[in-house]
Amino acid sequence: MTSTERTDVLVVGSGFGGAIAAYHLAAGGARVVVLERGPWLGTQDFEHDFKLGSSYTRAFDFVVGDGMSVLGGNCVGGGSVVYFAAMPRAPRFIFERHGTIGRRMWPASVTRDTLDPWYDRVAESIPVTTQDWNDVTYAGGLWAAACDHSGRTANPVPVAIDNTKCVNCNWMMAGCRFDAKRSLLTNYLPAALAHGAQIRPLHEVQQIARNDDGSYRVHYDLIDEEDYRIRYDGGAIDAKIVVLAAGAGATPVILQRSEATLGAMPHAVGRYFSGNGERLNTAVLNEDRVREVLGLSRGDGLAYAANQIGKGPTVANWDRLDGSLPEFTRYSLEQLYFPPGLGTILAQVADAAPGESTWFGVKKKEMLRRWQSWLIIFQMIEDANEGVFGPPPAKGNADRVSQQMLGIGRLKYDPVESTLRAWAMADAEVKEILERDGLATVTAWTNDVIGAYTVHPLASCRIGDDPATSALDDRNELRGHPGIFVTDGSAVPGALTVNPAMTIAALAERAIPGIVRAAQERGVDVTYGAPAPDGGISARRGVADLLPSLTRR
Amino acid sequence: MPPRAPADDNPRTTTLEAFADTIVPGEKRYPDDVAVAGAAEGGGAVQAGAIELLEWNATGVTEGLDDYARMLSDHARDYAAEHGLTLDESLPPFVALSFEHRTALVRRLTAPDHPEKPFWVLLTLFSNMAYDSAAHMSTAEAIAAGHPGLLAMGVARPDEDGLWRFPAHSYGRPLARLHPDTTPSGSPA
Ligand SMILES: Cc1cc2nc3c(=O)[nH]c(=O)nc-3n(C[C@H](O)[C@H](O)[C@H](O)COP(=O)(O)OP(=O)(O)OC[C@H]3O[C@@H](n4cnc5c(N)ncnc54)[C@H](O)[C@@H]3O)c2cc1C
Repeated sequence: MTSTERTDVLVVGSGFGGAIAAYHLAAGGARVVVLERGPWLGTQDFEHDFKLGSSYTRAFDFVVGDGMSVLGGNCVGGGSVVYFAAMPRAPRFIFERHGTIGRRMWPASVTRDTLDPWYDRVAESIPVTTQDWNDVTYAGGLWAAACDHSGRTANPVPVAIDNTKCVNCNWMMAGCRFDAKRSLLTNYLPAALAHGAQIRPLHEVQQIARNDDGSYRVHYDLIDEEDYRIRYDGGAIDAKIVVLAAGAGATPVILQRSEATLGAMPHAVGRYFSGNGERLNTAVLNEDRVREVLGLSRGDGLAYAANQIGKGPTVANWDRLDGSLPEFTRYSLEQLYFPPGLGTILAQVADAAPGESTWFGVKKKEMLRRWQSWLIIFQMIEDANEGVFGPPPAKGNADRVSQQMLGIGRLKYDPVESTLRAWAMADAEVKEILERDGLATVTAWTNDVIGAYTVHPLASCRIGDDPATSALDDRNELRGHPGIFVTDGSAVPGALTVNPAMTIAALAERAIPGIVRAAQERGVDVTYGAPAPDGGISARRGVADLLPSLTRR
Repeated sequence: MPPRAPADDNPRTTTLEAFADTIVPGEKRYPDDVAVAGAAEGGGAVQAGAIELLEWNATGVTEGLDDYARMLSDHARDYAAEHGLTLDESLPPFVALSFEHRTALVRRLTAPDHPEKPFWVLLTLFSNMAYDSAAHMSTAEAIAAGHPGLLAMGVARPDEDGLWRFPAHSYGRPLARLHPDTTPSGSPA
C-alpha cells in the first residue's frame, strides 16, 4: 500500500498570493509544497516572439467567458511573470466603498491606514520604486503632455522594475529577458526555495477533500509541458493547511468543484467577481499635431510614432480619484501598451461607413498601418461585482481550445447600468483629452466580440465582515472550512480604480500571521517574522503592532 | 511578380481564404484569384499566412476547419437566397459572394446575438493574428522575410540577436504637474 504524501502547508498557485504565503511559511519553519499548473520558465526561456508555443503563449492564459474574458499568467510566478509591474497603492476611498451591498465591502479592520504597513512590506520585498520623467516612455510622456494640455495632472507610476536593466522592449507579456522586471521569480519565490519550499510546475489542482483528522487532501493532474490540453494521472497530497491562490479566475472554480467532498461553500464563492472596471481605448495620433500642439519631438525627426517602445504603463491620470465624488464615478486613466494579436483585434475604427465593420475590414487594416502612432489608454472604473461563475468545467477552470493560452470558461458578466455609465464617462474624458486640438482620433475597444475583458480579475472569493456577501473572514479564512485560506486576487472585495497587484500582495502579507497561527494550532512548528526576501527588516518593524489583532481566533 | 496559378484550389481552402480576406483584406495574388477579393492594397490575412496558421493544430481550430468551410457555405447559400443573389456555381458559395456581401455575412455571424458567434469569433481572431502577429512564424524571421502585416504596421526590426532594445525611449523631461495628493510612495493618497 502506498501512503499519501504529506506536508504542513499546501499552496495552490505561485502568483502573488501563493508566493508570499510560500515564502513566509517556509521561512517560519513549515514544510511547504506549491502546486502550479503552468511551466517553470527562467530568464533564458523568455522570448521575443509571437509564434504560438513561444514563452508568450506558454506563460499566458486567456479564458473566454460569457460577457467577460480573463487574461492571466500560467507559469511559476503567475501573473507577475507576464504583468506590466505598475504597483500603485489603492486610494483611501476605495476601502470605504459600499458597492451593491448597502454597507462597507471591506472588513472594518482594513483601511488604507491599516494596510499601509503591509504595502510597505511588499514595497521593500519586491522592491517597488518610484519613477521619474527620465524613466517615462514616449507613450507615457505623450499621455502626460496631453493631460497637461487639457488642464489635468499626470503621474509617473510606481513600478516593480529595475530601470537600470530595462531596455524598453515592450515584451513584458512574454516574461522579462533582461531581469529588469522584478517578478516573483526574483524575490519571494527564490527565498521560499532557499527555505526548503518545493515548487512543482505542471501540477493542476482539481479538487480538495476533507480528511477525518481535519486535514485536507488536495488532488491534482499532471499537465503536458507543451500541449496543455493533454493531462496525465496525478496524485494527491495531504496538508494541515491549504492556501488557495490560483487567481480570481480559478480559485472559486476549485472550491465549487470541491463542494461534494468539502461540504457546502459560502454563498459568495464564485460570485461578486470584478474585472476591476477595465476598459481600453485606442488613440491614433496625428504626428504633426503632436509636434505642433504639445511641442514633443524625439529628436530624430519624429514626434511620437513610438507605440512599440517602452515597458507597459508608465503614466496615469488620477484626477478622478477623489473620495468626495460619488461611488461609480471615480476612475483612473493609465497609458498602456498591448502587443498585436490581443491588443489590436478589439480596437475599432472611428469612421466605419454603414455596412462596414468597426473592428475588421478595409478601414481596420488602414488603422493597423498607423500602429506605431497608437496610444492605448486603460480605464479602471468601479464596477459593481457583476461576475458569477457557472458550474465548473470537468477540469481546471476552462475547456482548453488551443494547445496553450486559449480556453472557454464559465464566468458570466453582465455589466449593470452604473458600470456602463462609468465606462461612458471615462470614454468621453479620454476623447476630450486626446481629440483636443486635433491631436488624435479615439475609439473604445469593442465589447461586442468577446464581451468585456480584464487582466485584473478580483473578488470572486472575497473577504468581508458579512457572511452573506463574503466568502472569507477578515483574515482570509474560508468561512466554515477552518484551515483553508485564500490569499490571491479573489480575496480583494472589489474594483480598486488602480492596478491591483500591490493590494493583492499587501492583503496576502497581512493574511500571513493568521495562517501561521492556524498552522501552529494544527501542530505545525512554525513562527511568524521573516524579513523581506533579501533580508531587509525595516518594514517588518512597521507591522509589529498589528500582529495581535491578526492572530486572535 | 509574374501571375501565378492558384496554389490550392481546394474549396475548403478557398472558402477559408475568402473568410480571412474579409477580416484583413488584401490585393489579389494573381489576376484570377477568386478567394482574395482585392478590396485593399498590399497583402492581407491570406498573404500573411492565415491558412498556414489555421492548419497548425496548435491553434485548436484545425480539426474544425471542415465544419467551418461547410457551415460558411451553408450560411452563404442562405444569405444569397435571402438577398435574391445568384451565385456562380463553379465557386464555393462564400467565395462567390462579393466582398461587401462577405462582410455583411461575417458581421452577422459575429454579432452579439448570433448563436454561433463564439465559433466564428475564433476564426476571426486567428485570421487577424496571421496578419498582425504572424503567430505561425518566428517574429524575427517573419520580419526578415517581409511579412506583409508586420511590415505594413511598421514593426521595428530586432537587434542581431533577435531581441528588441530601444535605447532612446523617453522625452526625458517633466511633461505634467503631479497630482497634488501624491504620497511619498508615488501612489494616490
Ligand atoms: C498582461 C497583464 C498585465 C498586467 N499588468 C499589471 C500591472 O501593471 N499592475 C498590476 O497591479 N497588475 C497587473 N496585472 C494583473 C496581475 O498580474 C494580477 O492581478 C496578479 O498576478 C494576480 O495575482 P494572484 O495571486 O491573484 O494570481 P496569479 O498571479 O494569477 O497567480 C495564480 C497562479 O495560479 C495558477 N493556477 C491557476 N489554476 C491552478 C490550479 N488549478 N492548480 C495549480 N495552479 C493553478 C496560475 O497558473 C497562476 O500561476 C497584469 C496582468 C496581465 C495578464
